[in-house]
Amino acid sequence: MRSVREEFGNTLVKMGATLDDLIVLNADLSRSTRTSKFAQRFPQRFFNVGVSEQDLMGMAAGLALEGKTVVAATFAIFAMRAWEQIRNSIARASLNVKIIVTHSGLSDHGDGASHQSIEDIAVMRGMPNMRVIVPADAVEAGMAIEAVLDIRGPFYVRLGRDAPEVFDGAYDFEVGRAKRLLDGEDVDIVAAGVMVSQALSAAKTLKAEGVRAGVLDMHTIKPLDRGSLLQSAKKMGAIITAEEHNVIGGLGSAVAEALAEELPTPVERVGIRDCFGESGGYEELLTKYGLTPEEIVKAAKRVIVRRR
Amino acid sequence: MLDKRDIEPEAEEILPRAKTRRPPIESSHLAPAVRALEERARTVRLHILNMIHRAGSGHAGPSLSIADILVALYFARLRHDPKQPAWRDRDRLILSKGHAAPALYATLAEAGYFPVEDLLNLRRMESPLQGHPELGTPGVDVMSGSLGQGLSIANGIAMAGRLDGKTYRVYVLLGDGECDEGQVWEAAMTASHYKLENVVVIVDCNNMQSDGSTEQIKSKKPLAEKWKAFGWRVFEINGHDFYDILLTLDEALEVKGRPKAIIAHTVKGKGVSFMENNGDFHSGALSEQIFERASIELGHPVKSSGSERSR
Repeated sequence: MRSVREEFGNTLVKMGATLDDLIVLNADLSRSTRTSKFAQRFPQRFFNVGVSEQDLMGMAAGLALEGKTVVAATFAIFAMRAWEQIRNSIARASLNVKIIVTHSGLSDHGDGASHQSIEDIAVMRGMPNMRVIVPADAVEAGMAIEAVLDIRGPFYVRLGRDAPEVFDGAYDFEVGRAKRLLDGEDVDIVAAGVMVSQALSAAKTLKAEGVRAGVLDMHTIKPLDRGSLLQSAKKMGAIITAEEHNVIGGLGSAVAEALAEELPTPVERVGIRDCFGESGGYEELLTKYGLTPEEIVKAAKRVIVRRR
Repeated sequence: MLDKRDIEPEAEEILPRAKTRRPPIESSHLAPAVRALEERARTVRLHILNMIHRAGSGHAGPSLSIADILVALYFARLRHDPKQPAWRDRDRLILSKGHAAPALYATLAEAGYFPVEDLLNLRRMESPLQGHPELGTPGVDVMSGSLGQGLSIANGIAMAGRLDGKTYRVYVLLGDGECDEGQVWEAAMTASHYKLENVVVIVDCNNMQSDGSTEQIKSKKPLAEKWKAFGWRVFEINGHDFYDILLTLDEALEVKGRPKAIIAHTVKGKGVSFMENNGDFHSGALSEQIFERASIELGHPVKSSGSERSR
């Protein structure tokens, strides 16, 4: 496991040195989100607005209107409290604000259901002008943050707390281009976030059982890499999606929508089955809510039977 | 971090003492300017009614109540240039009560940001004059429409100005009904915490909101004291008295180190007797008959079929 939020803080410090107009805003969670690292290094370009997420988004909009590159950081669930401010004050005018959130999915495990964000991908990708990135691990998070800071307009970058390492080092990350991690023949696992690492272990298990499963890291949920997805659907004829999110409205839905329009293909969605979480250990919760390699393996076996 | 300068004398009045020392308008050098502004505001009101009549919908009452404040700002106090809407050093104006867009558009057209004839495209598809302000309309600094969001944006703009060493001021027009929104108070705290002295809020206090009087729906009283308690320097004015508006705007700028709020007591529907304080004219269509009666009251009958040229 490696801390994704540490990487977030470190990347902001790195980018702050070259991007003079980078401003970081926070709503009283700078220590938890690790934006405190940026605050220490660039105190003049860091503002804490206190426990007020609506105000956070509005202030970000104002700074962006004057040409600043703005990062607005808080926990995923609390950013959603200001969804309408993000829509009306930021996305409507396509302002240069990067909403970078931590503690998404079940990763704020101990704090319980109130702090766990399992609907955010659904509501953020439904917003015009907004792009949605869900990095697989700390390395990819760093690359994703650098990439979005380099592209004008609004982004939602969804980070967890800790994630098993998927990447040894940087690769040529590109927004909107999925990363092939494993080639397969029988079925493809399209995953995002912490579920990328779960997909890789599921693929190992499947291989031992004679099923050649591929893994596609779909770090950009919107705009979805339809090209890679269609290629995969054509070759395999069966797709599994895996995400640390409700099965309604997230990556699974995005994939199913694209395939329904372009190449109807059997899909099995691994995710939280439309229920709230609870307090517990992270691993425990991932297991209870079906976010495990075992669930992916089961889904693979179901979908292969239905293969096109 | 409280230092001595932040502590006001206990007897600080909400109304600044300077107000009582003002010369009467008749002997003020501002008298001719005030007369010209009154005439301009009458024209703006006629535009507002014509626009809403033609569009078939819009918020007449809330637009009429801020017409005088907008005219005072754009014709006498804002540092702006209609030839260069994106001038970096201009003063900004945020119409946080975005439903009063017709008043803003009419004032911007009169100021020369776009032709007066364009006003008749209000709420038409693909027109820059959308039902609520969008970026891209010449002179519109900030989009709005969903209440309560303007002050947070103003704070961001003011913060950027401070970082960039700019001296522009950021004026925010809020409705009193809008002060129900929690975000207004989040932002009020932020502005005083960061001592954003270039932020000036003007609350259009017409005592009415969509569903009825502010007292019936949700009392804002005591509104001036609320702003004061949030760390703002507060002024109260008659929002239809240009002399009061101009002098108070000037006095507000003399206050350093904190944001300023001007509580402007206004009348919803101001200028048309049967619209004043009448909730029926909060929003909706204005019939031919209503429009003609209102135009006659404003002393300038406008044939709704013809184009409005009152300059």
